[in-house]
Amino acid sequence: MTAVSPGVDAVPLRDVRSSRRGDRVFSGITLLSGLVVFALLGAIAVFLVVKALPALQHDKSSFWTTKIWDPDGTGHYGVASLVYGTALSSVLALAMAVPVALGVAVYTVEYAPQRIGRLLGYVTDMLAAVPSVVYGLWGLFFLLPHLVGLQEFLNHWLGWIPLFGGAHGDVNTFSKSVFAASVILAIMILPIVAAISREVIRQVDPAQKEAALALGATRWEVLRIAVFPPSRPGIVSAVMLGLGRALGETIAVALVIGNTFDISAHVLTPGGNTIAANIANRFGEAGSLGVSALIASGLVLFVITLLVNLIARYVIYRSGVQERSAAV
Amino acid sequence: MTADLYAGRGLTSRTLPRPALAGIVVAAVAIAWVLFAVTPLQGVADFIVFATVLAVAAVTVSTLAVEGRRRAVDRLATSGALVALALTLLPLGFTLGYTIYRGAKRFSGNFLTHSMAGVGPFAPNGGVYHAIVGTLEQVLIASLIAVPLGLLVAIYVTEYGRNAFGTAIRFLIDVMTGIPSIVAGLFVLAFWIQALHHGFSGFAGSLALAILELPIVVRSAEEMIRLVPASLREASYALGVAKWKTILRIVLPTAATGITTGVMLAIARVTGETAPVLLVVGNNNFIHTNVFNGPQASLPLYVFGGAGSSSNFDVDRAWAAALTLILIVVVLYVGARLLTRRNSLARR
Repeated sequence: MTAVSPGVDAVPLRDVRSSRRGDRVFSGITLLSGLVVFALLGAIAVFLVVKALPALQHDKSSFWTTKIWDPDGTGHYGVASLVYGTALSSVLALAMAVPVALGVAVYTVEYAPQRIGRLLGYVTDMLAAVPSVVYGLWGLFFLLPHLVGLQEFLNHWLGWIPLFGGAHGDVNTFSKSVFAASVILAIMILPIVAAISREVIRQVDPAQKEAALALGATRWEVLRIAVFPPSRPGIVSAVMLGLGRALGETIAVALVIGNTFDISAHVLTPGGNTIAANIANRFGEAGSLGVSALIASGLVLFVITLLVNLIARYVIYRSGVQERSAAV
Repeated sequence: MTADLYAGRGLTSRTLPRPALAGIVVAAVAIAWVLFAVTPLQGVADFIVFATVLAVAAVTVSTLAVEGRRRAVDRLATSGALVALALTLLPLGFTLGYTIYRGAKRFSGNFLTHSMAGVGPFAPNGGVYHAIVGTLEQVLIASLIAVPLGLLVAIYVTEYGRNAFGTAIRFLIDVMTGIPSIVAGLFVLAFWIQALHHGFSGFAGSLALAILELPIVVRSAEEMIRLVPASLREASYALGVAKWKTILRIVLPTAATGITTGVMLAIARVTGETAPVLLVVGNNNFIHTNVFNGPQASLPLYVFGGAGSSSNFDVDRAWAAALTLILIVVVLYVGARLLTRRNSLARR
């Protein structure tokens, strides 16, 4: 038998060349697909701006401060009430969802036995799998009537806070309101905040927890001393990502919000609107300027959500936490 | 202060036995029940809230009395986590349960196999066949665009893009997951329909859905590719196999199960998207299989249309369609999770 010399010589030169060419072609294709991502985001920004320009130029009143939305009739339209409603409903949703999401994330990782914790993770994620239109339908036919009692309660006991104020006659009917939208949004962003928090809390160094336990800490003290501090950046970005989702949610909100154009602190009374819901509700009847105006409002929404997401991702990148296994 | 030092569960410290805790909870619920029977308090939801608050308070106070402040705070935190769990499971149960309850009224083989052709809003018959066809076609084409592209991006980011550009793409993909679906719809409206002068079509909807699907596919594929052991790659390189062949023949097959899971979850996510479909596909009561031309029905829009209708028949149909949609999504979702179990790469 002839001895085969080890190393590069074992592979015929021709093969090496062809495989190098293959490598170049293949890496080129993958690079190209990466460029597509860049181009796509650029194209989204460019086309939204271009198609929003007619509306921004022909607005008879200031786009930023006008509350009403009548582009095809009087030509007066603006995003003031829409931006307000979007922010208000999303912040309220966060206020409701974040404590619950953190609680369930902590329970899943720290309290439940591993098997049950895994199952709970699947079940929580299932909340994210329910389509938004189903939440909207459910909100409209199930949640609105069932919220009346809670609305009366909040109005009766906390009515002195402007947020829960309003005439009793407005509150005790089932109303398409900012409050209803916030509750639906809270349910929808709950799984996102919970899933990312869960991944973040799971990555806490067990040695830290064991050290705290060894010092005689109770479970809560372990959470407070060893779990929450290192998880804070991850949890902050989980909340921001939830906020981004709430800001852009369309169909569910469109079905349960009042579709009015006022700026009111009262969330329990009928009314309210968001940028996304307004697009869904007004698109069908919009003329050419109307569509352009809706695209302009969509551009505003795009910029807001982009900023929120950029901040969230920046925080998460800085912290070095891996949250990719949270499929949300 | 010194008492606190010994307040943890020690051998000598006093503790409330579990039966005592259970008794306190039962007593709290019983008191709540009596109060609801005697006083004007009423309502099932009110009772549950009242009983929960009372039980948590009773447990905390009795722990405070017997075991001290630190154990009481700990019990309170545990109760809080349990309440949070209940508050998470409650809406899921109510949403699924109520959809099944309302949807069952019209859900049948007949409903699944008939379209709305010639059926007016106030007619009791009709079905979702046309909408199922539309949704399946739109999602299939969206996936045909998003999955290969997403895989290539994931391969670039994990295998070639160990540089600033690769990091930038990862970052952009992460940011893309946050694009609201309505914005994706508006982009396709501005680009495909307005600028390129195409009409409403299922394909336009597919484009918007592909934009939403892409980042989900990339992120899950990237995660799975990273989990492929380096030793497999090195073994392949040692045999003189080129990098691209190693990726296609060794890395991707190894990660295939996990990638499939990710793709199924991505599909489940976009199947229920309504906003883009509303903006660029339009609606259609007839079976329309041509995805490239003309408005096409879809399940989410069918539900949305029915929700806003003044006809109770439309509302019933909307619920049955919502049930259909949920069934499709749940099958995809559970399938993806079952696949995870067979995934040797998955960490959990």
